[in-house]
Amino acid sequence: MTAAVVEARGIGRVLPGPVPVTLVEGIDLSIGEGEFVAITGPSGSGKSSLLYLLGLLDRPTSGTVILEGRDTAEADAAELAALRLSKLGFVFQFHFLLPEFTVLGNVMIPMRKLGGSPEAELRTRAQALLDDLGLGDQAAKLPSQLSGGQRQRVAIARALANRPRVILADEPTGNLDTKSAQTVFDIFARLARETGTTVITVTHDEGLAAQTSRRVNLVDGRLVTRSSIDAPLTAK
Amino acid sequence: MARPLLLDLALTHILGRKRQTIVSVIGVAMGVGFFIAMAALMQGFQGYFVDTVINASPHITVRDQFREPAVQPVAAAFRGGAVLLHGLKPRDEIRGIRKAGTIVSALSEWPGLSVAPSLDGPVILRYGSADKSAVAIGIVPEREVRVTQLEDDMVEGHLTDLASAANGIVMGLGLANKLGAKMGDSLNAISPAGVILRVKVVGLFRTGIVSLDEGQAYILLKKAQILQSRANVINQIRIRLTEVDAAREVAARIEALYGYRTESWQEANEGVFGVFRIQNAIMYSTVGAIMIVAAFGIYNIISTVVYEKSRDIAILKSIGLTEADIRRTFLMQGLMIGMIGAVLGWIIGFGLTSLLASIRFDVGGMVRNDRFFLAWSLSHYWAGGLFSLVASAVAAWIPARRAAGANPVDIIRGAA
Repeated sequence: MTAAVVEARGIGRVLPGPVPVTLVEGIDLSIGEGEFVAITGPSGSGKSSLLYLLGLLDRPTSGTVILEGRDTAEADAAELAALRLSKLGFVFQFHFLLPEFTVLGNVMIPMRKLGGSPEAELRTRAQALLDDLGLGDQAAKLPSQLSGGQRQRVAIARALANRPRVILADEPTGNLDTKSAQTVFDIFARLARETGTTVITVTHDEGLAAQTSRRVNLVDGRLVTRSSIDAPLTAK
Repeated sequence: MARPLLLDLALTHILGRKRQTIVSVIGVAMGVGFFIAMAALMQGFQGYFVDTVINASPHITVRDQFREPAVQPVAAAFRGGAVLLHGLKPRDEIRGIRKAGTIVSALSEWPGLSVAPSLDGPVILRYGSADKSAVAIGIVPEREVRVTQLEDDMVEGHLTDLASAANGIVMGLGLANKLGAKMGDSLNAISPAGVILRVKVVGLFRTGIVSLDEGQAYILLKKAQILQSRANVINQIRIRLTEVDAAREVAARIEALYGYRTESWQEANEGVFGVFRIQNAIMYSTVGAIMIVAAFGIYNIISTVVYEKSRDIAILKSIGLTEADIRRTFLMQGLMIGMIGAVLGWIIGFGLTSLLASIRFDVGGMVRNDRFFLAWSLSHYWAGGLFSLVASAVAAWIPARRAAGANPVDIIRGAA
């Protein structure tokens, strides 16, 4: 196995409150470069929670996440933000494109935040990303002028803006028709294969999950092996 | 297009709510505008009043009074003793400043002082059937002109005409009007001492301060002494300074030296300055209230934007914008509204002040004049601008902090 890009060591997340709710607990996971991982499991099993923890969007209440060998337990909010900016890219079920910015403008937001290159260069790079995802001719449009599948591809382009090591997708095909969903998964597979980008996606679509290189199954916030899920189903 | 990302975000947010933004901007502009106009009005009036007071009356007046009642001999003999006097009747002193001539010549030696002796006392002026009480001030005209700028306020005649006529009197225009007397008219002046003097109007003055114009008359010092039956008595020494602001200090020094009650122009007009302070307090609280309302407008729009854009905030945070970035984005929106409002407010303020300057009217009161006195001061504009920036920064800070602190996971979960 290649060196781990993302590693979870015994992470758990408990929502505080009068009755504390455990979202996930005791997760040990190591995901390497270029892996295409599907996190699956029933509703409420903690798939998204695990994804947010791996993506440094949320902090575990126990355990720690190691990104490219760096332990993030001690990092402050600004450091986590910097890591998200340069190393991670998110795609959500909803596209979350800024409605006032053009397609190109949306893709350029992470680039502009990271800075370091002149605006013209960023523009060229963003255009290249859109071209690559088959949206080259949509660059000047507003998100509201695109179809759902196109919007989600723009969101992927935005996630790829700063050439991240890891793409984290939370039900990215949840709002898409089968054809668009397949396009999205094809893009992910190609990214993992061609650029070595690690892709971690939450999905409840068995057909799509089957196309990934590895599956991580969650039940009630805990990792389970395939057989232990299948067992009660077959017994039924 | 080379705008910084945060500025770009801030602009899209406030431009997305044009109408609300405009209302907020107008709110700030009104506050700043009214502040500038009111400050010009208040400061203008107060400045005019002070100038008039300084010019029309002496800067320092030494009176034939003491601040403390005289110590009784028995109390002085048994200092600290348990002395209680019943039915005490203070001695009838001959009123007037003792050795006034010596004091006048001594004070004349001080640098920056012009000194004039005078005797003032109440008189009743009778002309035909009209009776008016007034204060008749006996002066030495050639000395008096150095002490007050009364000569500049003369509408008719001159102060020096007092000496040329037999029994000349110079009175305020208001007083003359009430009596119905004109230049050259003769009228009777009756003093509490019972002396009646036939006087002739040789001059009229108008200072603009109603209490002076309707209540004061000037005669020669010698005639005043006759009128009040107080030969050779002087009960006031009037002093003018080259350094107006030193009046308090100089007055204290004179009082310490001679013991007589010595009033600076500030002390003499304490009541008026008290009113000014209240006026200013009212102005600042009114303007403050306008600004608070404007600040609420800003708070409202930015809160709305924060609420509306919570998804955008969440995604921007997931992309890697820090809490400080988000806070700055919203703070900038408040400051933009504040700045545009301030600039617009300057224009409104300038316009209002110009409008006030063009109004003509006739209102009496403490001061009689036909127009507003306006102080055009750049400092009002700076103060108004600063005030609006601070108010908008504070108003934007609260929602900006809330936006920065929002947890993106909660918002994304809620939206999905």
